[in-house]
Amino acid sequence: MRKQLSITWRKLVKTLAAASLVFSSGMMSVTAAQAAPGEVEKPELKFGFIKLTDMAPLAIAYEKFFFEDEGLYVTLEAQANWKVLLDGVIDGTLDGAHMLAGQPLGATIGFGTKADIITAFSMDLNGNGITVSNDIWDQMKPNVPVGEDGKPVHPISAEALKPVVDSYKAEGKPFNMGMVFPVSTHNYELRYWLAAGGIHPGYYAPHKGDVSGQLQADALLSVTPPPQMPSTMEAGTIYGYCVGEPWNQQAVFKGIGVPVITDYEIWKNNPEKVFGVSKSWAEENPNTHIAVVKALIRAAHWLDDNSNANRPEAVEILSQSRYVGADYEVIANSMTGTFEYEKGDKRAVPDFNVFFRYNATYPYYSDAVWYLTQMRRWGQIAEPKPDSWYMDIAKQVYRPDIYAVAARELIEEGKLPASAFPDFETETGFKPTQTEFIDDISYDGTQPNAYLEQFPIGLKGEQVVE
Amino acid sequence: MKDKLIYFLELTGFNWFIPLVRLTAGESPKHQLQALVKMVGVPLFAIAVFLFLWHLGAAKVITSLGQVPGPVQVWEQVTVLADEHQASREREEAFYDRQEQRNAAKLEKNPDAEVTIRSYTGKETFFDQILTSLFTVFVGFLLATVIAVPIGIMAGLSDTLYSALNPLIQIFKPVSPLAWLPIVTMVVSALYVTDNPVFEKSFITSALTVTLCSLWPTLINTAVGVSSIDKDLINVARVLRLNYFTTVVKVVIPASIPMIFTGLRISLGIGWMVLIAAEMLAQNPGLGKFVWDEFQNGSSSSLSRIMVAVLTIGIIGFILDRITLSFQKFFSYDKNAVIR
Repeated sequence: MRKQLSITWRKLVKTLAAASLVFSSGMMSVTAAQAAPGEVEKPELKFGFIKLTDMAPLAIAYEKFFFEDEGLYVTLEAQANWKVLLDGVIDGTLDGAHMLAGQPLGATIGFGTKADIITAFSMDLNGNGITVSNDIWDQMKPNVPVGEDGKPVHPISAEALKPVVDSYKAEGKPFNMGMVFPVSTHNYELRYWLAAGGIHPGYYAPHKGDVSGQLQADALLSVTPPPQMPSTMEAGTIYGYCVGEPWNQQAVFKGIGVPVITDYEIWKNNPEKVFGVSKSWAEENPNTHIAVVKALIRAAHWLDDNSNANRPEAVEILSQSRYVGADYEVIANSMTGTFEYEKGDKRAVPDFNVFFRYNATYPYYSDAVWYLTQMRRWGQIAEPKPDSWYMDIAKQVYRPDIYAVAARELIEEGKLPASAFPDFETETGFKPTQTEFIDDISYDGTQPNAYLEQFPIGLKGEQVVE
Repeated sequence: MKDKLIYFLELTGFNWFIPLVRLTAGESPKHQLQALVKMVGVPLFAIAVFLFLWHLGAAKVITSLGQVPGPVQVWEQVTVLADEHQASREREEAFYDRQEQRNAAKLEKNPDAEVTIRSYTGKETFFDQILTSLFTVFVGFLLATVIAVPIGIMAGLSDTLYSALNPLIQIFKPVSPLAWLPIVTMVVSALYVTDNPVFEKSFITSALTVTLCSLWPTLINTAVGVSSIDKDLINVARVLRLNYFTTVVKVVIPASIPMIFTGLRISLGIGWMVLIAAEMLAQNPGLGKFVWDEFQNGSSSSLSRIMVAVLTIGIIGFILDRITLSFQKFFSYDKNAVIR
């Protein structure tokens, strides 16, 4: 009996020793494989998004297996709001996310949670609209010039809204409007439009602890998550909002509001969303980052391919409840190049959503600088800054170098032609002076302070909010 | 045989089968049919009337998301959800197929290459979410029971302990889960930091919120039940010089089972309600998240789908209550007591 026991004991020890030897050598070969260059460091990824039409590149990259082609296994998770999404990227729960162009910039300069976020991929251009409630539209309409066809002349300037705001102020009623996040493109576009019409949207004073953005304001702007915008307006809490699609068309479909202008008409081909990752994540996973950008570039190209021929299929995908979830008809409008203003007033806006055309995916420094100038204009950047500061921040946050590596790999692999991309040898990252703004003020990305001097409303030069 | 079957049916709450059993055994048919009508017919008629009224009333209320869904639309969405579940499973299979093909191609080129199978990246379906919710509520409920029952027993046996705990219990009892949630989220984020988490943070947050809200009924009912057992039983234990632990296990618990189980039933009910709210905010992938996502979607079928979720939540709550009821009947020593 004892002899049997000792034999089994020795056998056990032998097998254990052999197993641990195999196991440890297995571990070593795994680590050796991870060191191979070009290998994706982290194949299993989780990306966050907000339920907006322009998360399309992420959805398409997943559904058309572009992510899988790069060896990436991506889980896409809808986030409750922009703050939760940003926190998720900062604390590592999300590897990357569909972000507002202002979020990486705001985080880097410390407005809101301070964190180093970078972006190497611009997800789209345009895509937003400003909608007002039926009541406000009825009050605005008399002030809007009417064309020969009897329809309102577009673009509608905020000058048509100014008398309405003034009348509310005279009655002592606050004129509330919604936007999606303090550093969102929507906030800056809404403010730009209001200021161009002579309505003051309010200042921020972070140096005094006031981040409501409502100092000296004629119109009071506050934050609401995009999918809740229509219901908040219906409830009467806000009289209008600036948000991305499909929430403007949703208001028309449900009969609760009227979109008055799209951001395409405020600033033609303005940058909108970016794909943001934390700087530390990008440094730890450079190959993964490049693989992600490659998949997203292919997805963006697919979306604009053949004069938007693939858009209906994209809408079908986006209307699934796990992506945007709104009805097909609501999403289809803007994605297929039409936009319904008043009920029945459908107009052609072929470039309402641009994903790849006009080098939409390239992260231009001049885009970053524009957002920084608007942050300064409204006081989120409290102190005056020299032009060099704007350039430094833009170069820290926007990474066209990573984009160039990804694009070159795609060209080499033959997946996309070199003509689809800017000439990387000569591209400075600054677009030539842009003039197509609603107030006709021209923007030169290399001269941010000079640009700010041109605005009648807004901080400029050495001004600080008192 | 017949009696055993009847006992089993009573235990599991399927009382309405009992007349059928008696019918097959040949007992007076008139009585049994009357009993059947009372136990089955009347509730079914009430449900039919409710469905009819709902159908009529729903058509009259038009919201911005369309007409309030009636029974027909809700049933449509049940079939849609089943189809989506099917489609998701098919996508999952295709996902693994593609992986295997890719791995096979990789191995062909280089037989020594590392190949792994990654798990499916798609979103969970409605039925997956039901299972997640059930799992979360059970974890939360079990944790609450493990905390509340021992403390309740000790508080019931000792007057001093009870007066010490009572103010705390009364203060924390009315706190809503929505008030606990931010605190729990912060604490969990701070303390639950591992590189390879077994459970998601949202799961822990939801389960802990369920625990915090559902432990009070069990605690109070156990304490009250224990303190109101017959003093003679305690005296018997003293006479036999039983130690504390044996007294509790052999005398106190069996005597106070009805109250403890009442507490457990109430706790499970509250826990299930709290879970849905906690999931909505903590984004745990269960039924609460389903309702929240559908609300965010704002599609024309959203209200119907939310209604489906509401009915599912109700039906599951009902089933959970029945299960606890069966356990209570099984463990109860007083077989003559009527337990509903």
